[in-house]
Amino acid sequence: MSLKKMILALSAASVLAMPAIEAANAEDSIYVPLFTYRTGAFAGSGSPIADGMHDYLTMLNERDGGIGGVKLVIEECETGYDTKKGLECYEAMKPKKPVLVNPWSTGITLPLIPKAAVDKIPVLSMAYGLSASAKGDVFPWIFNPPATYWDGFTQILNYIADQEGGGVDKLKGKRIGYIYLDASFGREPLPLIDQLSKELGFEAKLYPVAAADMQNQSSQWLSVRRDRPDYMILFGWGALNSTAVKEAVKTNFPMEKFISVWWPGEDDVRGAGDGAKGFKTLNWHAAGTDFPLIQDIQKYVVDAGKSQVSDKSKVGQVLYNRGVYNSMLIAEAIRTAQEVTGNKVVTGEDVRRGLENLNIDEARLKEIGLEGFTQPLKLSCNDHNGHQSNFVQSWNGTAFEKVTDYIAPMSDKVIPLLDEDAKSYAEKNAPWPERTEACDAS
Amino acid sequence: MFYRETGQFKQNYAADSAVFPILQDRYGLAIIMVIAFVAIPMFGSEFLLASVMIPFLILSLGAIGLNILVGYTGLLSLGTAGFMGVGAYAAYKLSTMFPQVNILVWILCSGFFAAGIGVIFGLPSLRIKGFYLAVATLAAQFFLQWCFVRVAWLYNYNPSGAIEVPGRTLFGIAITGPMATPVNRYYVVLGVVVVMTLIASNIVHGRIGRTWMAVRDMDIAAQLMGIRLLPAKLLAFAVSSFYCGVAGALMVFLWLGAAEPSAFDIKLSFLLLFMVIIGGLGSLIGSFMGAALIHILPIFIRALPESLGLPVAAATVEHLTYLIVGALIIFFLIVEPHGLARLWQITKQKLRVWPFPY
Repeated sequence: MSLKKMILALSAASVLAMPAIEAANAEDSIYVPLFTYRTGAFAGSGSPIADGMHDYLTMLNERDGGIGGVKLVIEECETGYDTKKGLECYEAMKPKKPVLVNPWSTGITLPLIPKAAVDKIPVLSMAYGLSASAKGDVFPWIFNPPATYWDGFTQILNYIADQEGGGVDKLKGKRIGYIYLDASFGREPLPLIDQLSKELGFEAKLYPVAAADMQNQSSQWLSVRRDRPDYMILFGWGALNSTAVKEAVKTNFPMEKFISVWWPGEDDVRGAGDGAKGFKTLNWHAAGTDFPLIQDIQKYVVDAGKSQVSDKSKVGQVLYNRGVYNSMLIAEAIRTAQEVTGNKVVTGEDVRRGLENLNIDEARLKEIGLEGFTQPLKLSCNDHNGHQSNFVQSWNGTAFEKVTDYIAPMSDKVIPLLDEDAKSYAEKNAPWPERTEACDAS
Repeated sequence: MFYRETGQFKQNYAADSAVFPILQDRYGLAIIMVIAFVAIPMFGSEFLLASVMIPFLILSLGAIGLNILVGYTGLLSLGTAGFMGVGAYAAYKLSTMFPQVNILVWILCSGFFAAGIGVIFGLPSLRIKGFYLAVATLAAQFFLQWCFVRVAWLYNYNPSGAIEVPGRTLFGIAITGPMATPVNRYYVVLGVVVVMTLIASNIVHGRIGRTWMAVRDMDIAAQLMGIRLLPAKLLAFAVSSFYCGVAGALMVFLWLGAAEPSAFDIKLSFLLLFMVIIGGLGSLIGSFMGAALIHILPIFIRALPESLGLPVAAATVEHLTYLIVGALIIFFLIVEPHGLARLWQITKQKLRVWPFPY
């Protein structure tokens, strides 16, 4: 009986406590959903990114009253890095007319790629997702700036060649290990590795790690110890990164020869202790808070208690700033869309044009308050990626520091592969719609 | 008072042994069918169709498949997701090899591939039982998932390692791919699930079903009565895997639209097993109830704070959902260990004598 009463009382209380808040008037606002994951196995990587994305857009609302005077409606949807939940989020927010989506998971991006053109919602998969979607003529609705995984992989190869004292011919005879998350994301570079190892004459050793045993890589590292590769390349996410670094330290792998794609953050490395010094990752933007914009975020959002960051020191970390970069692209795309179309309240179609006309040059970066934060980025109708150069940063025990200049990808190798892959995607998914969206001459 | 079979006389054996002997039940079923076929597509939003109903129906079909094995035949299986994956990959391969053939034909055909694989992994079931069989089927799960990752032929050598669904039509209407509207997909899924549930109902109420139940209750006794154990158990594996395979193919083609191998991981196997246990072992309606509790309830809870206007962060809602659903599962298992189907049966029994219980 008492249980019944309790349930009754609870439900009555929840109904009474219902505040009379109604959804903001959708007519004069721009709806920006954020697919985030603060729960699940990948929360360690997902939370700082979610905070960065959320805080930048909130700051724009607080400081400028939105973009071009139109307020942004920011809503987070928890995906848990799970494709099914991600699709549920997508269906849930579709009626609210989002101007773009950021799936933050290659697995969620893939089913959205064919839907984007039908639903008229552009997909911004920042440096993840399908590499071939860099081809704007085949994928008019998908954008993956500033670099594809294939670019990243060749940048690491270029860096290794540089360390060996010269051009790519120095890679000949080298043994390069590749440890990766055995999902779409980590498998993406495999065809490239296959081709490049033949062309450049290096020996590739593959160490796949299934998502289920991310935290148990002892067998992979045992193989590493046996194979003794000259360099190790890491494509991991979530707990995979931290475990890989820890295992590398344990197996005494020379850290300066362990290079990762752009996903590990400070928290992934710190746990491994001093042994992790010298661990390297690619990156395309600075860490830290020495930028007027990040300081504005601290002032308007974090100090005002409108952020979800667990600790104020997290602001400015690599992955937090990655989230800021992502939101900068969103905001700039909306701003460009407003300029191109003349509409204040933009739609998905407008933002698609905004993304294609995106041109963030040095002057604009300074205006935003991110001077020296990253390289300029320019997209076009055919190039939805930019294939930007990245630099290598090294862990010094407390923070990542930039150790090289910007390294260009091997575009002569990557671009033909992208073309081929885009073509084969369109063939396999026939009838793949021809691009009908007009191109703004810019 | 209203729910009473007084005056409903059975004139022949067929009427007496009908699946729904009570008139009110038949009316109830008809009403549910009208709601499912008319009301939901007419009044339901795209979200309701695409994210609630389609997954619910597909998971129900998978749960029916598993229920045939676990609930009716008493063979514990943890390989359900693997068998679903076989169906999905078979449908993908068939539809990309022979695009001219209607996709619905391939989705149903993929069930036979799953059935074949199911029979192979069901072979040990003659010798091992209970937990040991669970471990053997767990091996099937891991082996099949390993195949989905490693055998590049299965996913047509896509660099992403995922299978993507091409657009296909039925009578000129798009039912898979991006052009398929949720309503169209819903009707296809509903049609397949209703027909297959009807078939399952006929199987489990007939001679084959009785054979399975005899094996479940005591296999030595069943053997003494003349039931050949190996064919009976393998048939259960085949039929169960057929249902799972079709559910897997539907899942990729009409629900997700693209799938990585991780879509068929052990979590899905457990989820289906929970649906079967919570819904009720050896009950078709229980499969639907279990799927509803595990799939629809979290969506409902997640939508609750927003509809009430409470400002709760998305991650907090997620944590709360886990808490509440977990607590509810324990609650239901304590209140009625035989599942929701049994709860429903008790309710029906009480309704019959209401308002004068004795």
